[in-house]
Amino acid sequence: MSEPLLKVRDLQVEFHTDKGVARALDGISFDVMPGETLGIVGESGCGKSVTSLAILGLIPSPPGRIVGGQILFQGQDLLSLSEREMRKVRGRDIAMIFQEPMTALDPVFTIATQMGEVLRRHQGLTRKQARQSAIDWLARVGIPSPERRIDDYPHQLSGGMRQRVMIAMALSCEPKLIIADEPTTALDVTIQAQVLEQIVKLSQDLGTAMMLITHDLGVVAQTCHRACVMYCGKLIEQSATGPLFAAPAHPYTAGLLASVPRIRTQRLDSLPTIAGTVPDLLHLPRGCRFVERCGQAIDLCHSAHPPLQVDEHSGHELACYNPVQGEAR
Amino acid sequence: MLKVTRLSKHFHIGGNLLGRGKSTLRAVHDVSFEVAAGQTLGLVGESGCGKSTLGRAVLRLHEPTSGTVELDGRPVTGIDAKALHARRREMQIIFQDPYASLNPRRTILDTLMEPLDLHNISAPSERRARVEKLIEIVGLRKQALSRYPHEFSGGQRQRIGIARALTLQPKFIVADEAVSALDVSVQAQVLNLIRELQDEFGIAFLFISHDLAVVQHISHQVGVMYLGQMVELAEAETLFAQPRHPYTRALMSAVPVPDPHTESQRIVLSGDVPSPLSPPSGCPFHTRCPDAMPRCKEQEPDNHNCGTPEQAHWVRCHLYAPEQVGLQSSQDAHA
Repeated sequence: MSEPLLKVRDLQVEFHTDKGVARALDGISFDVMPGETLGIVGESGCGKSVTSLAILGLIPSPPGRIVGGQILFQGQDLLSLSEREMRKVRGRDIAMIFQEPMTALDPVFTIATQMGEVLRRHQGLTRKQARQSAIDWLARVGIPSPERRIDDYPHQLSGGMRQRVMIAMALSCEPKLIIADEPTTALDVTIQAQVLEQIVKLSQDLGTAMMLITHDLGVVAQTCHRACVMYCGKLIEQSATGPLFAAPAHPYTAGLLASVPRIRTQRLDSLPTIAGTVPDLLHLPRGCRFVERCGQAIDLCHSAHPPLQVDEHSGHELACYNPVQGEAR
Repeated sequence: MLKVTRLSKHFHIGGNLLGRGKSTLRAVHDVSFEVAAGQTLGLVGESGCGKSTLGRAVLRLHEPTSGTVELDGRPVTGIDAKALHARRREMQIIFQDPYASLNPRRTILDTLMEPLDLHNISAPSERRARVEKLIEIVGLRKQALSRYPHEFSGGQRQRIGIARALTLQPKFIVADEAVSALDVSVQAQVLNLIRELQDEFGIAFLFISHDLAVVQHISHQVGVMYLGQMVELAEAETLFAQPRHPYTRALMSAVPVPDPHTESQRIVLSGDVPSPLSPPSGCPFHTRCPDAMPRCKEQEPDNHNCGTPEQAHWVRCHLYAPEQVGLQSSQDAHA
């Protein structure tokens, strides 16, 4: 088996607020293999976006601080790099696609200028080469008449087009890893389908690994090889996508999957729900963070957070003392 | 309960002082539907299709350009402001963003009491008891009343929004993307609450959402909108089992399913939604339609009923024109 491209080990991030210290990430570990698509799912506040920002060295500090752990990219610890060195990694080796392309693109520059800057800086192309390369990339992500579109400003493009530009920009330096944070959440479903298809196809063609951060379990099921489920700053379950959706072992994963409304032939009387709400990071329950909402908590769950345990056989990782068993799975 | 007939809302945009060079945006064009008491009509479509404008035009929050709205057999359109104010008691709206729609400087009690004070309903002494009962109905504790909106989570705030809509015991509620901002686990709770309340109070809902699965879950009837027009309208079960309009089919196939083993037959539409300022000629969907025919470019399609007279299934598409259907069946017979 090949070496992981990205190894995150025991990552801990804290945010200092007026009311106390919020531990946004509490010992997260996972790998991204070359060429694979890893999904990171969870609800608001679970730490999925903080994870991506930490990898890119973009945690706003203060109030945020990485207090422990390692982020190894091709064997090199990104946390030990200076800001200058990090800037070379960002964009060239690790690229990012954000949720809101309108805020990620600069409104006062044309697409040509913005894409050109990236290509000249990281690939050392001349102005003319950069423009040609940018046009080629726009064509590859499915933008019609790219030679005209390249001189548009971001506001002249639709949401779907803007997100394509972001993808083109992210891919143009042929990075080894793309971190896509809710890349299609702001798009309409028909456009989302186009854009997702494009991202998956291009990353496969180029052999780029991808971390796809999303709250949408449907998107994960259709695009990712593996998925990590996060809850309140902890990674609670990790597995290949197939088994994870077929037989979720953590009660939270199972509850989340059940509560997603889906198009069915028969209308249900009521949707299964997870009781209660996500706890405040400043007032976490003792023991397992899901304990107050869990239908099958045992005494042990109230006193200690279950460690993440790996099933050597299947590679399935789970942090739960009383997982969903056999039949229900 | 609610009857909307040929409702249109056009906006006039731009132009100089004299109104020259103005262009017309047909946000909602010629839409008709009915919602019975205790029933929900789900309205789906992508951004800019006019679904929110339609919801507002029905309540006269946007003044409709033409068409009529009747609630409980009495007109809502064509009545003066005073009469409208009285009728507003019967119709309410729940907004998408519960952050933005609650006044941050008022306690929940103030927010919920205001409609009762405004419409002078029940003796002032009884109002508080009524509000207390209401907050418990939506699943919050009485103590919540003395708190401010920022002290609640998104899901709780949406419950407060629902409580506010219920204060006047309306007959009809428009829910505009009411659960879209919520996380799935919380979304399911709020959806269930809406269904329970509907069963209990017999309220008619117009439920607007971009999420087809949510709409299917909550609706009895479903309408699909594209560029201001209702392109398909049918019973929810029929529509999801047998979508007719090519747009509805594409929309349904585009929804990601949380099951890696379903290889969905995805119909990926090319291109973007055209600007509603310059909609395509003929059928507005012809530029992206996989089944477009030459006549779609020229002629705007009529509404055709593919269902039965009792259980209508309206489709606005040339594929279902009587002559086209005849043509197809003769071709099938030929083959």
